[in-house]
Amino acid sequence: MKNKRQRTDKSVRIFFFSVALASIAILFMIMIFLFMEGIPIFKKISIYDFIFGKYWYPTSSPPDFGIFPLILASIAVTLVSAAISIPLGVMTAIYLAELAHKRIAELIKPVVELLAALPSVVIGFFGMVIVAPFLQETFGIPTGLNLFNAALMLSFMSVPTICSISEDAIYSVPVALKEGSLALGATHWETLIRVIIPASISGISTAIILGMSRAIGETMVVLMVAGGAAMIPESLFDPVRPMPASIAAEMAEAPFRGDHYYALFATGIVLFLFTMLFNVIADHVVHKYRQTGEASL
Amino acid sequence: MKKKNWIAGVIIQAVIFTAGIAFAGNISINGSTTVLPIAQKVAEAYMKEHPDTAISISGGGSGNGIKAIIDKTTDIANSSRAIKKEESEQAKAKGSNPVEFIVAFDCIVPVVHPSNPLKNLTLDQLKAMYKGEIKNWKEIGGADKPIVVISRDTSSGTYEVWEEKVMKKERVFPRALLQASNGAIVQAVSKNPNAVGYIGLGYMDKSVKMLSANGINGSKETTLNKTYPISRPLYMYTPAQPKGDVKKFLDYMLSSKGQKLVEEEGFIPLK
Repeated sequence: MKNKRQRTDKSVRIFFFSVALASIAILFMIMIFLFMEGIPIFKKISIYDFIFGKYWYPTSSPPDFGIFPLILASIAVTLVSAAISIPLGVMTAIYLAELAHKRIAELIKPVVELLAALPSVVIGFFGMVIVAPFLQETFGIPTGLNLFNAALMLSFMSVPTICSISEDAIYSVPVALKEGSLALGATHWETLIRVIIPASISGISTAIILGMSRAIGETMVVLMVAGGAAMIPESLFDPVRPMPASIAAEMAEAPFRGDHYYALFATGIVLFLFTMLFNVIADHVVHKYRQTGEASL
Repeated sequence: MKKKNWIAGVIIQAVIFTAGIAFAGNISINGSTTVLPIAQKVAEAYMKEHPDTAISISGGGSGNGIKAIIDKTTDIANSSRAIKKEESEQAKAKGSNPVEFIVAFDCIVPVVHPSNPLKNLTLDQLKAMYKGEIKNWKEIGGADKPIVVISRDTSSGTYEVWEEKVMKKERVFPRALLQASNGAIVQAVSKNPNAVGYIGLGYMDKSVKMLSANGINGSKETTLNKTYPISRPLYMYTPAQPKGDVKKFLDYMLSSKGQKLVEEEGFIPLK
């Protein structure tokens, strides 16, 4: 009898271990594939020229494979969208977790989360058809398909992520901390700024970084509304072409295992390294500023 | 026990699947990505009518397709250009005798916002706009507004025609906006009074205004009588006089049914 129970135990453990292993293995294989298909381009062009080259003309002869404008575009779009979405997301989270009446919070929270459920192609279409002409007319700029429009649409996508993860973090600050602060005579505002936010800063930072990594990897929106000019942006209203847009636009028709194909995969490697960097930073922040127990403030 | 059943199921399915492929007549098509959507659409319709034939299609570019004809590794090669003299000599040296079929025409028209007063642009003007030398509509007789140049992704066939016929192999300047499809260009141009773009004639609709090039309007007639400057024939090649399934497929392609699908894909049919 005992033997049988032990066997069940063991087989359940093996089952879950193999499930976990499968997802790691799949991820690892995708990574190997990405590197295998991307690295051959560096036989034709040095890594330095690839990353810092200013011209992207993959199909002309001789071709130019410089992705510097694409990298800058990705960084610019992500930073501008962070500047919009971080204040919006974090402040909404603070309001929802600490200030709002329960009923209002119950109303707003699902709506914010619904924003996350909007397919990116819908947001892209909205940006293209509604926001772009609006920007053109309001600011008198040549085209509404530009860096700012893309950043704005991306912040729609990262606000829900930032908001809901930060809200969880703020909400899970121990009540004793808050009550202690209030008991010492601090106002609600002081408690919020001096106690609750510092106590949840690790969760909030994770939220911000996850929101930003969503923005940098997002493809459909930037393909539709960023304009797609492969040049180094000089103003907020210049059209740009972030890395995912370039890959999505060109991959379908790039000759299989040609230089253009390899160059697009190499762009994918650069993008992968960027998102990995974000995740490593997020992980680091979580461990460094983790609030353990109530005594470590 | 259960596990064994599962494995047996997979094996049986795999056997059925491979057998299904092995018994069918096979046609392999390779080459130009411009012709690919036509070949795909016609192949789907053809396979529906002839379920015993399996057609496999891959892209790879006109050069690769013709190379496959030379090496006789494909049944049909798609190409967006005529075979070169060296290529047909190479083919003859290897014992292949390429046969040419024109299956459709490509016709690319410049488009602007409906509010734009211009009616015609010369190829030189278009080229200067796409090189970034003409930056304002007033330089070519329009209003005093900046020109927003919209181009296609460099791997598309539409871009290829534009590069060949308008840019004469020179580069489109980096400030040009990029859209990934004909439909997206229509969308972007229709929303921007400053914009100029180019699309396949089949994608024209009322939300944008077509310009004539060198005074000639892009249409089925001007494409077929070869007066319109931004057009080209699209080809299929076979390594010898086609027989059997390949011949049936090409006949279907050139029949009114096949040509109707060509038109649906946004290309100009032969008649």
